[in-house]
Order: sequence, then structure tokens, then C-alpha cells
Amino acid sequence: MGLTKSSTGAGAVDGGLVIRRERPDDKVIALAGNPNVGKSTVFNALTGLHQHTGNWPGKTVANAQGRCEHQGRGYVLVDLPGTYSLMAHSAEEAVARDFLCFGGADCAVVVCDATCLERNLNLVLQTLELMPRTVVCVNLLDEARRKGVRVDLDALSRRLGVPVVGTSAGRGEGLEELMDAVAALSSAPAPPAPAPVRYLAPIEAAVSALEPLLAPRLDGRLPARWTALRLLDGNEGLLSSMEHTLGICLRADEAVAQAVAAQWDALQAAGIDREAFLDRVVSCLVLNAEDICNGTLTQTARSDRRDRRLDRLFTSRATGIPVMLLLLAAVFWLTIQGANYPSDLLSRGLFWIQDRLSDLFAYLNAPDWLHGLLVLGAYRTLAWVVSVMLPPMAIFFPLFTLLEDFGYLPRVAFVLDHAFQKAGACGKQALTLCMGFGCNAAGVTGCRIIDSPRERLIAMLTNNFVPCNGRFPTLIAIITMFFVGSSAGGGQSLLSALLLTGVIVLGVAMTFAVSRLLSGTLLKGVPSSFTLELPPYRRPRIGQVIVRSVLDRTLFVLGRAAAVAAPAGLVIWLCANITVGGTSVLQWCTGFLDPFARLLGLDGVILMAFILGFPANEIVIPIIMMGYLATGTLQDFQSLDSLRALLIDNGWTWLTAVCTMLFSLMHWPCSTTCMTVGKETKSLKWTLLAFALPTAAGMLVCALVAGAARLAGCA
Amino acid sequence: MNELSLSALQVGQSARVVALHTGSAMRRRLMDIGLIPGTYVTCVAKSPAGDPAAYRIRGAVIALRACDADTVHTQAEPLLHPARRAVPA
Repeated sequence: MGLTKSSTGAGAVDGGLVIRRERPDDKVIALAGNPNVGKSTVFNALTGLHQHTGNWPGKTVANAQGRCEHQGRGYVLVDLPGTYSLMAHSAEEAVARDFLCFGGADCAVVVCDATCLERNLNLVLQTLELMPRTVVCVNLLDEARRKGVRVDLDALSRRLGVPVVGTSAGRGEGLEELMDAVAALSSAPAPPAPAPVRYLAPIEAAVSALEPLLAPRLDGRLPARWTALRLLDGNEGLLSSMEHTLGICLRADEAVAQAVAAQWDALQAAGIDREAFLDRVVSCLVLNAEDICNGTLTQTARSDRRDRRLDRLFTSRATGIPVMLLLLAAVFWLTIQGANYPSDLLSRGLFWIQDRLSDLFAYLNAPDWLHGLLVLGAYRTLAWVVSVMLPPMAIFFPLFTLLEDFGYLPRVAFVLDHAFQKAGACGKQALTLCMGFGCNAAGVTGCRIIDSPRERLIAMLTNNFVPCNGRFPTLIAIITMFFVGSSAGGGQSLLSALLLTGVIVLGVAMTFAVSRLLSGTLLKGVPSSFTLELPPYRRPRIGQVIVRSVLDRTLFVLGRAAAVAAPAGLVIWLCANITVGGTSVLQWCTGFLDPFARLLGLDGVILMAFILGFPANEIVIPIIMMGYLATGTLQDFQSLDSLRALLIDNGWTWLTAVCTMLFSLMHWPCSTTCMTVGKETKSLKWTLLAFALPTAAGMLVCALVAGAARLAGCA
Repeated sequence: MNELSLSALQVGQSARVVALHTGSAMRRRLMDIGLIPGTYVTCVAKSPAGDPAAYRIRGAVIALRACDADTVHTQAEPLLHPARRAVPA
């Protein structure tokens, strides 16, 4: 749920990274590491930026850069996507490798997880082959200490031959030392000479035969040993990248091609065929990492007993799904219960200000139309959006972020994977679905964590079936008004929370159904393989989570909603007050929409509100109110009770409420989400489908429900 | 010691990898996370449907679908605590 300007909408696509140096002598530092080792936390702590962090692999989906100063010198830090390897089996790996090869970095920092050092060393060894100017940052030392894991940093540094610094980035420990090491290394006249990984004898022989041939051609721009290995492996992507960026054309080079072919004959004679080559290389790296780890790491107790106990609770057959639903309901209950009072207070305060504004306009003898336009149009809609939206958001975001920080989301993906597998989709879709709770646009961007293009498209097209934060308050308000009663008792908000959980479960069920439909028709294919890391549980940093989610996310979403709400209120007021042939423009529009809307169990005003809510779903309920108020006479509407009275006066029944909720759950994505789908797929066809699919589903379901209820005579 | 595929391991049961019988993309991925012949693996959790299951591989816990874990051949150790093992899928 990383919500920033750069993670949603226009900024979400990185069309090639351009390094922004503030001063010409700024050094460029590449930050590499396995997924979920706290790389973004290190990045944020050093740059003072607020890249979204959370305890699940893959949340950094785009390269980010930031600047920091250390001892008077500037550094541009580039946060690369998390990868396990640089062999470029996936898009992220290719991005990370290409940046290390051609990005012009002066120095690299490989961030490692101290609790899982051995696996991390594989990437360290690969990076050292490519980039000797590397500092190894052993992060999460505090977690490791708690788990009885001790890392001998000096011994590790001796074994690797490069500087090693221990950090606990979440608490800011060790970062000064890290920058000291980076400063020393990036300005050192000669790079360190790390001990190279030794491969099997026939491979070493082939590499040393090719090295002298390659060195003059590469001219120091890439290490000859590393290039020789890639050349033997026949890595086409890398070779074409070299041609594009360095102008080194090894494929067309007759001498190189002959030498490679000759070495391959020798390798095959030694019993290493093309299939086995990379296997042997990777095995040597893994065994080397194991060896280094054995010499530098001591573990006093079996470290993950508590984690496994939690896993049993969160993922077992008996408790996995019930606990998931309970947690969801608990988050909603806290949100609803907690939002009641501040919501009431805010609306009182903001409408008191409205009255004072009206007094001011009257005192100034301002014309009626100006008062109507600015106060009754723009301000009143804005006040509604703020008082209805802000409290639930300010509570839901931090609660959800705490679960994210704790490490619960990958367990959701683990529990739900079987259903996604049956639907022909990827289990990681559960993670993008969770991100959709915050913002569907962020959810669509997050789909980059899914490797298979087919499964990524499925995830993008169905993300809108989970209601984003802009739609929760609408759902909560309707549930409270029509199904529970608006008094603020604990029992009532519990019932609201359960009903809301039911709505979400319906949304998730629709996600499965539509994913299955897509993978059976337009996006045929078999589910691809996937690996999902279940990271260690981490103690959530409560203070930090609350501050960051209020400052970064809540205010960001609110700002966007408010920017849309005020002009929308203005337009609505104009439509309601400009008459053509004795009828207001608003009545013309709603009258035109009404017959079709009735078919869906809605009315013209509601459908109109959804259409005008295209820029931001947050404004749907305020627009519905404006629409009714523009023609009605009721003036006092400071509580949900009076809103309910207004809606019932305008013909709402329980069926209208149900259909409005269903349509809110399933209709077109907001404009930001549509733009994001457009940017991510680069295809008008898929964007239109992302628009049409939930719309068609919503219309169908609403028409069925309304038709059935009317046939049964209960509405 | 008996030959089992990774997916046949019970929760709590450990095994040593013998061979990976799978094509290139998944093979690369598994090897990158350290699953090479000789690696010691423990099954630590199964999802409610029994598939996927989670394995401790070189200190990290990784979930694999049964169709992928099927292709990893192992020498399994006998279960040490049969009483504590989860309900078979």
C-alpha cells in the first residue's frame, strides 16, 4: 500500500533511470540486496525520504533515488529492486544487473539480512565479481541478536575481502559507520581485490583462456572474468545490453566467437554440457556462501521456534482462514468504532465553520450565487469528504500497516494461494489485492511483483474488486445507516464490521471468479511456478508506523480527494442551479440516467454520483447528498441519522442500499487507477477491459439482485 | 533414509536434496535461493489446503506449490516427532 505521488498514476512508471546529481562531484551508490532485507529502510534512513517499507518481499517495484550528504560530500543513492541473484532470470534481476554494469555507480552497497546471512551471501559473491568496490551491510543485527544469531563481522570482511558494516537500520544504528565505509571506498584510488569464487577446474580453465582476449576489448569497463563467465553461459540479454550501452559488440567479434566455441569443446570433453554449466556455477556460489557462513556465524539456539508457532496459528488448516477473517473484522471494527466520535466532531466543527462563512458572505452583501457556488457547493462537499473520509482512513491505514510491518501479508498469500492456483493465477496476487485495500492504483503498480505477464494482467484487471480506502467510508456509512442503526454502541459497530467483512469476502470471491474466467478465456494458460518467501515476523515499529501512515498516506489520499471534491461540488451546484427550460441541468442528467439506474436498483442521482466520482471514489456520497439537497428542502444534516432521513425521503429502501453497496464494490476503477493500468500495460485494449470488467460485473449483479428482490415482492 | 519428493514431506520432517527434475526457469529460481543437491531442507508449514507448503532452505522460509516441490527429489529423514506432526493433507 505504498501511496506516494511516485507510486500511483503518472509517476508510477520508470522509463529508464536518470541519475540526478546535484553537484558534479556527487558519488553514485547502488543499493542492492535480496528482497525484504530492509533495503528500503536503509535507503530511507540515509536519504530522509519515505519510500514505503513493509515486511514482505517485492514492495520496492521501481528504482528510487535519493541524496544524502556525509562529511561534506554528496551521494546519490539508487535503491535497486530486491533480487536473489544477478543471473537475470526475471525483470528485476535484469534491472539490478544492468544498473551495476552500466549505471555508472561509483560504489555498491549490498544489504544483507543477518538472520538469513547464508542465502544473502550468494548475491554478495555475485556482486563482488561484477563490482569490487562494494560495501557489505549486514542489516537487522538487532533481530539476529534476539534470535541468538551472532555474526563475526571482522571475519566476514576478511573472508570476502571487502568492508563489512553491521547495522540495525530500523533503529538507525550503524548508518554512520556504513557511510564512513562508503566514503572511504568510493574515493579510494584502487578498488579492493576480493577473493574470487573458484569454480570447477574445467570452468576455471575456460575462463582464464578467455580473459586475456576480453580484457583489451572491455577496457576496464566490465571485469573480464565476469564477462567471460556470462559469455560462456551465452547470456543474450546481457550481450545486447552491452552493445547498446557500451558499444562493445562481442557477438560479432570473430576472434571471441571462435575462442568461446573452442572453450565449449573443451568443457564438453570434460563432461560439462550447456545445461549443466550454469548449474555448476550456481552450485559453486551457493557452496562458497555456505563455507563463508560456517566460518563467521554462530547460532546459540534454534532461532525460529516462535515464528513457526505463529505460522501454525496463521496458516494451519484449522485456524488459518478463521484467524484471517477475524483479523480483517477486528481491523474494521476498530476503524468503525474509532471513527464514530472524531467523525461526528469533525462534521460539527466543519459545518459550524460553514455557518460562519455564510454569515461572512451575508455581512459582505455577497451575491447569492457566489455564496451558493463557494459555500454550499465547493466548501460543503469538501467538508463532507473530510469528515466522512478522514477518521476511517486515519485509523485503517496505521492498523493495516502494523499487520504489514509484522509480516502477516505473505501469510495471507500463502493461505490464499491454493484458490489462486485453481483460478489459474499467481499466489502473489493476494499481496496486490491487499495493496488494493489502500489504493487500487498502488495495487496495480504492485502487480509488478508477479513475473508471468499473463498472471500479472489477471491481477491488474481484477484489482478493482477489492474496495480501496476511498470506498470503505461509503460502505461503512451505508451499512451503519440501513442495516445497523447509527448509535455508537460497541455491539452495533461489531455488526457493521462483520457486514463489511462479508462485503470484502464477496469482493475477494469475485476476484477469484473473474480471475478464473480470464484464465479460461482471454488469458489462457497454465499457472507458472512461483516461490514465495515467508519472512521472519518482526516487531512492528508502532510509533513510526502511525506517524508515517498519517503523514504519508492519509494526508496524501485526503489531499487528492479534497482536490477533486471542491471542484466537483462546484460543478454539482452549478448543475443544480442552472435551469434549461424550467428544469435544472442536474435534473436533466439524473432524469436521463434514472430509467437505466432503476434497472440496477439505484436511481439517477446515485448513478450520476458514481460517474462524477470517476476522479475519486471518496466524493460519491457527498455528491449523492448534494444531488438530493439541490432539489429537496432539508437543511440540517449533521449526523448520519439526518442523512438517512434525507435518503429515505428520496425513495431509498434497503434494496437501494444493497445495490449501492454492490455497485460501489464493483464499478469502473477511478481515473488514477485507469491511468495506472494504461501506463503499466501500455495497451488501450487492456485498459478498456480493466474499466469494462468490474462495470459489467457490477451492473449484472445489481440488476440480478434488484430483479430478484422485485420479483419476490420484497422491495 | 527413503527417497521422497519434497512435496511428500510432513510438517517437521527434514530431507537432503538429491536432484532437481525441472526445466530451466524454475530450476534457476530454486538454485538461486540455495536449493542445490546436498541442501538440507525442512518442511515447516502447510497451507490450509495442503498446497502450497513452506520449507526452511538455508535459513529462509520459502513457500512452494506442490507441482514444483514434486520435481525436487530428496533423501528424507524419518520423522522424529510423529506425535507432533500435522494432519496429513
